[in-house]
Amino acid sequence: MADIEETELSDKQKNEIAKWFLLNSPVGEIQYVAKDVKAILNDDALYNEAASEAFPLYNKSHMICLGMPGRAGDVLVTSFGELNEKEYLEPRTAQVAKIDHIKQVCTGARPALDEELPSAYIEEFRCAVDMEILKYVGEAYPKGICSVYCVNGKDVEGPGSDFELAVVISATRLSPQNFCNGSWRSVWNIEFRDEEQLLELKGKLQVGAHYFEEGNVQLDAKHECKDSSIFQSPDDCAITIASIIRHHETEYLASLQDSYSNLPDTTFKDLRRKLPVTRTLFPWHNTLQFSLTKDITKELGIGK
Amino acid sequence: MEAAMGLMRRIPPKQTETALSALLTLLPHHSSDLLSQVDQPLQVLCDVDHGKEFILCEYNRDADSYRSPWSNKYHPPLEDGALPSLELRKLEVEANDIFAIYRDQYYEGGISSVYMWEDDNEGFVACFLIKKDGSKTGHGRRGYLQEGGWDAIHVIEVGPEEEGVAHYRLTSTVMLSLTTDNESSGTFSLSGSIRRQMDMSLSVAEGHLCNMGRMIEEMESKLRNSLDQVYFGKTKEMVCTLRPPAEVVMRLPDS
Repeated sequence: MADIEETELSDKQKNEIAKWFLLNSPVGEIQYVAKDVKAILNDDALYNEAASEAFPLYNKSHMICLGMPGRAGDVLVTSFGELNEKEYLEPRTAQVAKIDHIKQVCTGARPALDEELPSAYIEEFRCAVDMEILKYVGEAYPKGICSVYCVNGKDVEGPGSDFELAVVISATRLSPQNFCNGSWRSVWNIEFRDEEQLLELKGKLQVGAHYFEEGNVQLDAKHECKDSSIFQSPDDCAITIASIIRHHETEYLASLQDSYSNLPDTTFKDLRRKLPVTRTLFPWHNTLQFSLTKDITKELGIGK
Repeated sequence: MEAAMGLMRRIPPKQTETALSALLTLLPHHSSDLLSQVDQPLQVLCDVDHGKEFILCEYNRDADSYRSPWSNKYHPPLEDGALPSLELRKLEVEANDIFAIYRDQYYEGGISSVYMWEDDNEGFVACFLIKKDGSKTGHGRRGYLQEGGWDAIHVIEVGPEEEGVAHYRLTSTVMLSLTTDNESSGTFSLSGSIRRQMDMSLSVAEGHLCNMGRMIEEMESKLRNSLDQVYFGKTKEMVCTLRPPAEVVMRLPDS
């Protein structure tokens, strides 16, 4: 192994390493990772800088869900709802939540300004989709949270222009007492194409799990899919969109289950078999046979 | 050091190498502790004399060279590199031959190496290593895996023989990763590492190799089973908790 270079690391390199660890934290575990990173860096200023850069990225990519004060409901921290580094839109209640990224809490909320919200025309679609998705998520995900954002063309006033919505579903389960954490994240981008009268759907599904009782085992599964439908009234669009999403996510879950059931006999077998090719335990008591065979082959000159 | 080990328990096992080298750069004064305590995917070198690959680990390293179990020579060459005693070397040679057959029967490919050395209390230590690349492009017979690796490290401390009985302490670590990738289900990747210990006092009538071999075989089967049944099973359970499959499936009219 090469000698460790004795040269001092620059603060920039330390910062990069610290951020790498933070961003690679499994779901729900960044606070534990942060504690260890802080101890290793042993430099609060350096740690604070790395944390202030890494936490917002982690929170957004994990689409964490935070409760707003005063029972104002939950807000998902996502790049779609990001108004600025600290403020995130909750479109259903038209609230803007103030987020403390490092503490991972919502410190306050204010009503959204008119210019932060979509036009009435868009809002009709967004709202209808939200209703249907809410229904679907309520049925399919015991702890699922969802939001529907307008990500393009929020100021379109009426027919004649394209716009785009994003449906986000985030379900997290933290169960450290059972040594297991996991999350399901779906992002569906839906383009409403006015001219072609088409809806184009693109889904990105990501499922992760970490099991850590006397070991460290992690699942990381990703899938992308596409679908399309026709442009209809807001309510009909919403029903179609929810049913397309339901269909793809159900299929995906089934394929994940297939991947698991294929493990023992196919996938895992390519790493190590349960039993030797001979289908009996290895004859440790009689390994002489192997050396005898070897000697004979050698003597007869039929070996390599 | 505690914090470093804490991080290693959380970082995705697939990223072990990156994480370890990051820790080494941050904590250069702990480098020997890190290298001995953090298990990392095994590396291999080719023995030039025998044209055969062997596995590198802390136990066959001296300075920056590694001893090949096939030729007993250090790569790159090293004068005065530590060697096992003649007697132990004989056992080592035998162990390498037998273990290669064992490995082939269970792994259908892969690389194995066994190293032995005397320890301070009249016994010896043996380290059995297996590395298998089960991917399509590696030694995966069935071609299901985009990427797949199994690295096993078994270290057995053998106590001195007393009245025909010796004490064996086996510490085993398995690191594995597997990824399947196809259009309909995307990428599916599981990775993990677990470590277990086993203690046994056994009669040496049939020889050390026989005892060590049986212990390793039993341990490997146990580890494989727990990974398959318990560890993978738990992550599957988690997925099904997040989105229970029992919901009534509403199919689209056209499917």
